[in-house]
Amino acid sequence: MTKLKGAIIGLGKMGLSHTAIIGAHPKVDLVAVCDTSSLVLDAFKKFSQVKTYSDYQKMIEAEALDFVFIATPTKYHYPMVKYALERGVNVFCEKPFTLNSKQGKELVELAASKNLVNQVGFHNQFIGTFRELKRLLQQNVIGELFHFSGEAYGPVVTKEKGVTWRSNPEEGGGCLYDYASHVINLIQEVIGQTDKIIGSVVKSIYSNGVEDAVYSLIKLKGGLTGTLLVNWSDETYRKMSTSLTVQGKKGKIICDATEIKIFLKEPSVLQNLDKGWTIKYITDLAIPVDFYLRGEEYSAQVEYFVDCVENKKAGQYNTFEQALLTDLTIGMIIENSKKN
Amino acid sequence: MEKAILGDNQFFAVSHLSDEKSRAQSIRFKDDASIISVLDQSIDLGIKTFMCTTHDRIANICDHIRQNQTKYQDFKIYPCMPYAHKYANAVTELGIVGTIKQYVPGNIFGTFAKGGMAVLNKDFMKLMEIFIDAEMKMFKNIETPVIFIQNVLVDMILGLKMYDILAEYDAYIRKKYNAEPGYITMNLPMLYDALDSKGIKNPIICASINKIGFRMSGGKEINEKYLQEKEFRPMAMQVLASGALQPKEAIEYLGQFPKIESVLFGASSKSHIQETKELIESNL
Repeated sequence: MTKLKGAIIGLGKMGLSHTAIIGAHPKVDLVAVCDTSSLVLDAFKKFSQVKTYSDYQKMIEAEALDFVFIATPTKYHYPMVKYALERGVNVFCEKPFTLNSKQGKELVELAASKNLVNQVGFHNQFIGTFRELKRLLQQNVIGELFHFSGEAYGPVVTKEKGVTWRSNPEEGGGCLYDYASHVINLIQEVIGQTDKIIGSVVKSIYSNGVEDAVYSLIKLKGGLTGTLLVNWSDETYRKMSTSLTVQGKKGKIICDATEIKIFLKEPSVLQNLDKGWTIKYITDLAIPVDFYLRGEEYSAQVEYFVDCVENKKAGQYNTFEQALLTDLTIGMIIENSKKN
Repeated sequence: MEKAILGDNQFFAVSHLSDEKSRAQSIRFKDDASIISVLDQSIDLGIKTFMCTTHDRIANICDHIRQNQTKYQDFKIYPCMPYAHKYANAVTELGIVGTIKQYVPGNIFGTFAKGGMAVLNKDFMKLMEIFIDAEMKMFKNIETPVIFIQNVLVDMILGLKMYDILAEYDAYIRKKYNAEPGYITMNLPMLYDALDSKGIKNPIICASINKIGFRMSGGKEINEKYLQEKEFRPMAMQVLASGALQPKEAIEYLGQFPKIESVLFGASSKSHIQETKELIESNL
């Protein structure tokens, strides 16, 4: 069996995590990594067999890759993704997709015209509980919906900060592009696409120049309204905690990465759900994986991407096109918040 | 190793099943005294080993243990390092070099500091030793016969295929701390093979082992095969599959693997600790 040749650009937290997952994948030969930190590259030179590059263009030219993972800061996504696609390389790009929707649109079109597999790292789509929520909503289990709430809280920035790499709002260093993009993407893929932003506030709590919290009222296509509540300066959470709550005329569902709690006014025989509360856990809903690092979803999204590349099939989850819609919503929130 | 080993997830709001349960735990164990009281109860029940992450609050527990040496004279701690979220949040915020700068003791860019030299010379082994020593500081004068690396790091190293790091860790723990190195993993078969390839024989491996195959990567079957056939010292964790299984059936399942030496479990009430301990001792 010939293995697929893969490489990584950007060896930060997500880049290293992807590198490990790809490295453990039996159908992939991880041939090269690329970063600008000589400290990190030297560690690879010393301890691993992969080739190291500090120039991504040279790496793509030299390595005849089947795919590349791009996990650099967001402002570099556009030129790097474009360069890879133009040379016929399938691309997995970290989230958020781009900082400018015009560029995002160009990449969507380029990937389509080249018929290349394209995926963005919104890993929540690969969490079993959120998949189950989507399935239940498609089955109309809680009837006509009247409200949703997408929330994420965590302890990333909990002290006053001076000026850091994140301080320039043009570079997406705040919680809107980081934490909130996950929730916006989940709302879009599980509940429905954004129509407009009714109102938004973004707040700096401890950060300098960028937002630590985002609170929005969103109207989806079809008219459903709901809230987006995100704060990454909340140390009552041990780690990032993301949840969706959806209310309908026949019940309510609260879903996070570990459990899904379903309340029904009347039992659903078809779904085998009782009247009142039913709780399903991730232990029953997780997508099984061959290699585990930090959560099934991280491996599952990589396995899915590799499978699409191997079988030359277009992906259904987290395509560039879906990620572009998320970027567009982020843009709408920024615009709206300027009015307030 | 003792058969029943008390873990610390319940004290630090780590629940793999429910964020709500996490919060309840976080409220219950707000004070160090409430943690110490559960430790004391388990000591009364005959549990002498506590396995814990290098969480900031463990430092306070260690102070208490040092201040009451007679009471805790047979008490052992198995440290697990590092407390990953501390570093993960820092990497998001500061990047990799920034994180090293924040956590390496002393100013790393001051050339005369030990850490500064290690970074400048890209002496990764020295850097690892500095990190281990920093994490181990809180356990001074406390018996730590087994020292574990956490699964996030072990599994990251595994995926990156940087097996030499594991070998260096193994050697350093034996030499500096006169302790047995332990490995926590979610990828038991892969880790066993990696350690074996580096000549690390009969290692202590703590892994997810449970009746429903939860977090037994690669599937239950290959994990069971390794438990039956390979030479290593398994410690079972997540035996209740985060609560999906009842204690009795969960622990009876472990009984078919005679090599399993210990079970790591979390409990907060005396009756629960007693029940689990008895089940473990009668099945293992």
